[in-house]
Amino acid sequence: MALLFTESHEWVDAEGTSRRAGITDFAQGQLGDIVFAECVVDMDEEVAQGDEVCVIESCKATASVYAPCAGKIVGFNSTLEDSPEKVNASPTGDGWLFEIEPTDPDAITLMDEATYAKHCEEA
Amino acid sequence: MTPTMPETGNGFEARHIGPREDDIQAMLARLGCENLDEFIEEAMPNSVRSSGELNIGEPRSEAEALAELRELARGNRVLRSLIGMGYHGTLTPSVIARNVLENPGWYTQYTPYQAEIAQGRLELLFHFQTLISDLTGLPIANASLLDEGTAAAEAMYLAWGAARGKRQRFHVTGDCHPQTLAVIQTRAEALGIEVVIGPGEATLDESYFGALWQNPSTDGVVRDLTAQIELAHSAGAMAIVATDPLAMVLMQSPGSMGADVAIGSTQRLGVPMGYGGPHAAFMAVGEEHKRKIPGRIVGQSRDANGKPAYRLALQTREQHIRREKATSNICTSQVLLAIVAVLYAIYHGPEGLARIARAIHRRTRLLARGLEAIGIRRVSETPFFDSLHLATTLEEQSEYLVKAEQAGFNLRAYDDGTLGINLDETINDEDLRHLLGIFAGNDRTLPALEMLESSMPTGLPESFERRDAILHHEAFSSYRSEHELTRYLKRLEQRDLSLTTSMIPLGSCTMKLNPTSAMLPISWPEFKDLHPFAPTAQTKGYRELFKQLESWLCSVTGFAACSLQPNAGSQGEYTGLLTIRAWHHSRGDAHRDICLIPGSAHGTNPASATVAGFKVVAVKNNEKGDIDLEDLEAKATANADALGAIMITYPSTQGVFEKTARRVCEIVHAHGGLVYLDGANMNAQVGLCTPGGLDADVCHLNLHKTFAIPHGGGGPGVGPICVNARLAPFLPGHPLVKCGGEQAGGPVSAAPWGSASILPISWMYIRMMGSAGLRRASQVAVLNANYMISRLEEAYHIFYRGKNGRVAHEFIIDLRPFKKSAAIEPDDVAKRLMDYGFHAPTMSWPIPGTLMVEPTESESRAELDRFCEAMLAIREEIRAIEEGRADREDNPLKHAPHTAELVTADTWDRAYTRSEAAWPAPWLREHKYWPPVARVDNAWGDRNLLCTCGAVEDYTE
Repeated sequence: MALLFTESHEWVDAEGTSRRAGITDFAQGQLGDIVFAECVVDMDEEVAQGDEVCVIESCKATASVYAPCAGKIVGFNSTLEDSPEKVNASPTGDGWLFEIEPTDPDAITLMDEATYAKHCEEA
Repeated sequence: MTPTMPETGNGFEARHIGPREDDIQAMLARLGCENLDEFIEEAMPNSVRSSGELNIGEPRSEAEALAELRELARGNRVLRSLIGMGYHGTLTPSVIARNVLENPGWYTQYTPYQAEIAQGRLELLFHFQTLISDLTGLPIANASLLDEGTAAAEAMYLAWGAARGKRQRFHVTGDCHPQTLAVIQTRAEALGIEVVIGPGEATLDESYFGALWQNPSTDGVVRDLTAQIELAHSAGAMAIVATDPLAMVLMQSPGSMGADVAIGSTQRLGVPMGYGGPHAAFMAVGEEHKRKIPGRIVGQSRDANGKPAYRLALQTREQHIRREKATSNICTSQVLLAIVAVLYAIYHGPEGLARIARAIHRRTRLLARGLEAIGIRRVSETPFFDSLHLATTLEEQSEYLVKAEQAGFNLRAYDDGTLGINLDETINDEDLRHLLGIFAGNDRTLPALEMLESSMPTGLPESFERRDAILHHEAFSSYRSEHELTRYLKRLEQRDLSLTTSMIPLGSCTMKLNPTSAMLPISWPEFKDLHPFAPTAQTKGYRELFKQLESWLCSVTGFAACSLQPNAGSQGEYTGLLTIRAWHHSRGDAHRDICLIPGSAHGTNPASATVAGFKVVAVKNNEKGDIDLEDLEAKATANADALGAIMITYPSTQGVFEKTARRVCEIVHAHGGLVYLDGANMNAQVGLCTPGGLDADVCHLNLHKTFAIPHGGGGPGVGPICVNARLAPFLPGHPLVKCGGEQAGGPVSAAPWGSASILPISWMYIRMMGSAGLRRASQVAVLNANYMISRLEEAYHIFYRGKNGRVAHEFIIDLRPFKKSAAIEPDDVAKRLMDYGFHAPTMSWPIPGTLMVEPTESESRAELDRFCEAMLAIREEIRAIEEGRADREDNPLKHAPHTAELVTADTWDRAYTRSEAAWPAPWLREHKYWPPVARVDNAWGDRNLLCTCGAVEDYTE
């Protein structure tokens, strides 16, 4: 499935009603070994684009993960509680963080993979 | 050759300052300078240099200064203080006093960030957590907090945070220690929390996020809190219990009563009262709060060879990473004192602790019975452990206080005429007879103790008694004989790298000499055995010492007044910001709550600002690392209506004397804010320039950096603040002892003068250095840093140079290029330095991918050279990787540090030799420090948090 990307290094599924989201491979590389992930909003809470949804921690850093678009948070990957290292091993697969139902799927303007790759090169 | 000893005094200055006179000349010559004054002119902008002299006077020799301090100490009268209130007489086992407290191998260590060379104290801190966890009945304990009052405030902050700002009220029972309540109120006020004081049985509603009980109460009453805690929980509030470590040995733990958090002080576990501190406070919480607990947590992980190894765990909670979102601003804790406390428990073991607690309890019961026989009643017939609250009248109170003083005792005098007596482990049966004698009067016969024994009150009802066993880990039973304990202590000491091993070039941490002469007085009874609330007349010596020290620190900072109360640097920041806040409030400007903080500031700054009730707005640094004046101007203008303060560091966190410091102050003042100057880098300023002269309004000093108090392996710290005249009225006060400014705010520490008993160290240091010596120390500190650059600059890129390419007292080595060229990270260099016998400099701060080196004035040229040679050799090791002569993975840097076990193993399959691993420099053949473990696996430790030791069988898999 195609992914869309934010400047702050989140990804979100490009299609579907309820879409998975997480941090990119570039972001997990910068953070190093992830040791903890938690969702800081309640389930079914409405968030605006850019609101903090999750906090993830490596040994040396902590990072906020922001909503890639406006929407309702409908899921959190609770398997990360026991194995946060999945975020390192498979950031866009098993290491997904949360699920969001976009308020207006048509209004999402995010980068595609190629544009994001360029964004990372410049970073 | 010219003589190298100065003529004045016995030349303590020449003992303190490392390089000899001819070294200094040679170092200056290398830098192209004639003399120190000319060199400083080159390094320091004219606009900041102060013309005035320090008013400290001529230096005293070590013997003279000690004699003078002896005279001051005579002004203190040491009585047996049975005042209680969280401070108790205690017997420090001599084996611990001599081998730990008075031993530079233990007190000169740095904070254990570099885990591989800190295994000794990490092991003891791990045991400390086990001790606290066992006593409190809660699984997660930290190691440690600053004092009981601040621990209570931290607990409130934790509970407030857990409610995510949705509830604003906090309940405190009226019978908690008055200083604890006051410290809580100070903290609450700044955060907009409403503290409600009420009875222990108060009903809480859903506006409360938490409640705190003291058990035993300040009056000595022991309660079963189970029902109250249940009620608090049903209202959704967290339950916090302040408690006493010896009482917990006998009574039900807070955890078993359902508490979420337990806090208290471990002072009475062998740490002298010291007129208020330092001692280690503790906090323990349930599993669900482990990511929210403030302070340091030691966790067990494993090293690269799979062996168990300790390390600081869950550091992302802390201010140095999470900045304004941190769980607390606490940084330095009380490592040395926590170590003494846990060693006291190791020395006595569980049976010994129980014996001590039972003896105290028995004598308290005897005393209660004896007093009853004499006709003195208690205020209420409630259960107790070690304290009695006596229903006396005001006249009786003054009569008994006089008699008690004549008999050598201080009792607690309540305002309402009642009396408190708190017994500690130093009280024996003979003392008990004297105590009863105070009350017996001439016409009353003294009851014989033996007669009383049979009819003692119960004290603790059976249902209150502790049922679970504590301290079953073998550490608490294996070292009971003095031989065993001494050897255990030596073994642990040798695992750690301290200043007795080599220089610790920690940028921004000023690991200078901790002079032995300055350390001696802290063991004098006149300084260590005073209760913080002892009558003023008994503490004249201390008062005089404070007055002198305050005036010297004012001279050093160019300020008008000083408060010695903050007992850590973070506390100094918090206190300084509170004075700024109070000033704004006094002018009707309560809305001024924006605090500007440069991006390069230490994480404690934004964390402290948040705790002091400010909102943080970041200011950019320019490409030279200086504060970006344009951005500052813009942010100050945009926030002009609400601008409260700016926090700056000088010299900057990059170790540069910024030219624009005055301009920064001007801009902020023009927009209605005041300037807080972080004193972390004061060691480059003393005698050369002053925060006052730069137009700052307040600064804190780290006496454990600049003024020779040892780091203690991660505490104690002392962080007094100095302020200009307009902030002087707002210096913190204290509810029990008059101190602080005319419009003093509440206390920030439990004791009026914080960690009073270690202030003599800074007094001695300043006295022995004198005005000229202090100035020269700063000059040589700057010289040493610049000399090192001259040796390293060809091999490494050095960041941020100031005027004439000079730096202040520290500098930053850029390691970022090596990530690409050789796959080498700062960690690899830091760990490799251990193989060379050195502690790494500050890593990846203030810039990621760098090392920040601060040599201090105390390091000799030979030691500076040795460190530089290690760095140069490491550069060559990196070059070998870059040029393909060494493998990118299998090389001595990636595998550092190397343990003795590894390099002497029968098999060796590395792509480099054993010699290259362990003996990379010639001096190592002479003196080799062996890292006790290989590289510690941080991620594994944080993913599998283990922070207390279970019984031995728990480990056998």
